[in-house]
Amino acid sequence: MNAAIEKKEGNRIHGATGFRGYLKNPVLTLMFIPVVIYYIVFHYTPMYGIVLAFKDYSLTLGIMKSPWVGFEVFSELFKTASFTRAFRNTIIISLLRWVTGFPAPIILALMLNELKNLRYKKVIQTISYLPHFLSWVILAGLFTQLLSPSNGAVNYIIEKLGGKPIYFLADNKYFRGTLVVTGIWKEIGWGTVVYLATIAGIDQELYEAAECDGAKRWRKMWSITLPLMKPTIVILLIMNCGSILNAGFDQVFNLYNANVYETADIIDTYVYRRGIGNMEYNVSTAVGLFKNLLGFFMVMGTNFLAKQLGEEGIW
Amino acid sequence: MTQKKKIKKTYYTRRNTAFDYFNIVLQALLALTILIPFLHLLVISVSSPSYATRSGLHLWPDTLDFSTYKRVLSSRYIWTGYRATLIRTVLGTVIQLFMTSMGAYVLSKRYFPHRTFWTMCIVFTMYFSGGLIPSYLLMGNLHLMNTYASMILPGLVGTYNMILIRNYFQSIPQDLEDACMIDGAGQFTTFYKIIIPVSTPILATVALWLAVGHWNSWFDVLLYMRNEERMTLQIILRRIVLEGTQQLLDMSSNSTLDDTQVVSSDGLKAATIYVATLPILLVYPFVQKYFVKGIMVGSLKG
Repeated sequence: MNAAIEKKEGNRIHGATGFRGYLKNPVLTLMFIPVVIYYIVFHYTPMYGIVLAFKDYSLTLGIMKSPWVGFEVFSELFKTASFTRAFRNTIIISLLRWVTGFPAPIILALMLNELKNLRYKKVIQTISYLPHFLSWVILAGLFTQLLSPSNGAVNYIIEKLGGKPIYFLADNKYFRGTLVVTGIWKEIGWGTVVYLATIAGIDQELYEAAECDGAKRWRKMWSITLPLMKPTIVILLIMNCGSILNAGFDQVFNLYNANVYETADIIDTYVYRRGIGNMEYNVSTAVGLFKNLLGFFMVMGTNFLAKQLGEEGIW
Repeated sequence: MTQKKKIKKTYYTRRNTAFDYFNIVLQALLALTILIPFLHLLVISVSSPSYATRSGLHLWPDTLDFSTYKRVLSSRYIWTGYRATLIRTVLGTVIQLFMTSMGAYVLSKRYFPHRTFWTMCIVFTMYFSGGLIPSYLLMGNLHLMNTYASMILPGLVGTYNMILIRNYFQSIPQDLEDACMIDGAGQFTTFYKIIIPVSTPILATVALWLAVGHWNSWFDVLLYMRNEERMTLQIILRRIVLEGTQQLLDMSSNSTLDDTQVVSSDGLKAATIYVATLPILLVYPFVQKYFVKGIMVGSLKG
């Protein structure tokens, strides 16, 4: 309502509707032009590059002059075992992350909230946020050393406990687990920030009222904190579903090796290897397009679904 | 006096239950799983070669030997890497913050023509893109390969940040601007002199995000940079630590070091990681709260 009034007011002062509005606000228009140029050049021009996926690309002919081949690249692709493998790995890794990594910060936030000593809480928070600010290049260096089967600290402990050394980063049985655990390790602390902000916004009187009714700590958490966190949880869940095809390129690319392609090769790493490594531009573009389209519909779909269920969507 | 204090204390602190103790211990364990790996790495970097390569969890060094650091710091590539990283971080953050807030300012004006259309066109790019190869080929066509521009231009305007800043700008009362304009200032002056200073909380946060992003970013360098002089620290680190290209350290060292000095490869890697991470570790405790603030200020919704 307010927005409508403000817009009307703005139009009265700046006398602007339709294309004449740009001339009436020359400064704003001038400020906006570079932004528009940026989006055209760096976002919409690459979208035009998608036509590569439907062409028999040759370097000498260029994008424009290469002959059209229709959906041939795609039909070829879906028959390729390495592509279906990458697709399967992406979904599996994302689901594993989703099952374990999504609830983890919620639980941690609830537990942090129960800490009475505020200084202790602050220290724990500061420490747990730290890995979020380091790149996967650095963390991969850290983990390859820690998880090394010959002299790594983790395997040392395993051996001391009577186990056999595990090739965490080179064994197909363990690689996905390693990804998920190190992923949680990096992001669990930072993941609590949003939830703690939500908890901080809860009206304290609700808790006082519940205490009068004899509610204990567990009851208060279950009947007040969690229900009020629900909108935040749902929105993050939507965003998570939308990014199911992003299985974490930075992490996988820095940790994986040819030994574990079977379980670790995801769509993004596949695109990189075939596109940049082998210079198969059209195949790689086709894989990227397939991923982006699917991802786009996933976001739209989950957003629509959330609205149907009576939750607020992303828009 | 002491009586009073005692009463106050018992009033405020409830007795700790078993759950409280369990919680305190668990949180301490979590913090330790994060700190110990970094401590282990630090110890390896300053220990003697035989101790560093011996398997085990090292929490205390056997000696304090900084020859690994001497070796790493004598590498030319570490310094060129630092230079490249600093250049991209400073230039990138300043330019991108300016462009992003400029776009945000325009989009915050409800009377700007076709505002909804423009916003939709921009938000659409968050959910759909041409993908890796078209962007890669574009950089070649624009002749941006091997330039600092290839690290800055692709993210010139951050869509998510722009929406965040736009929301903040919208909450600033229009009267403030009108008053300034009545005094004869133009719209750009108003933006520069009023809106930006008033919005420092959100702009500071976005600036920090951008800076950390630039410092940590490596993939664009891997794609677009062939010139070794302009390889950023992350890529140098990647090559030394993950690809094991330690010639980067050996060949470039200006042989002032005693050649008989032995260093372990693990210790060298650990020292390299610390050299590249130290600035973040030093700055982090002081700026950490601003990162958190940003999440509180900018609502989750776009």
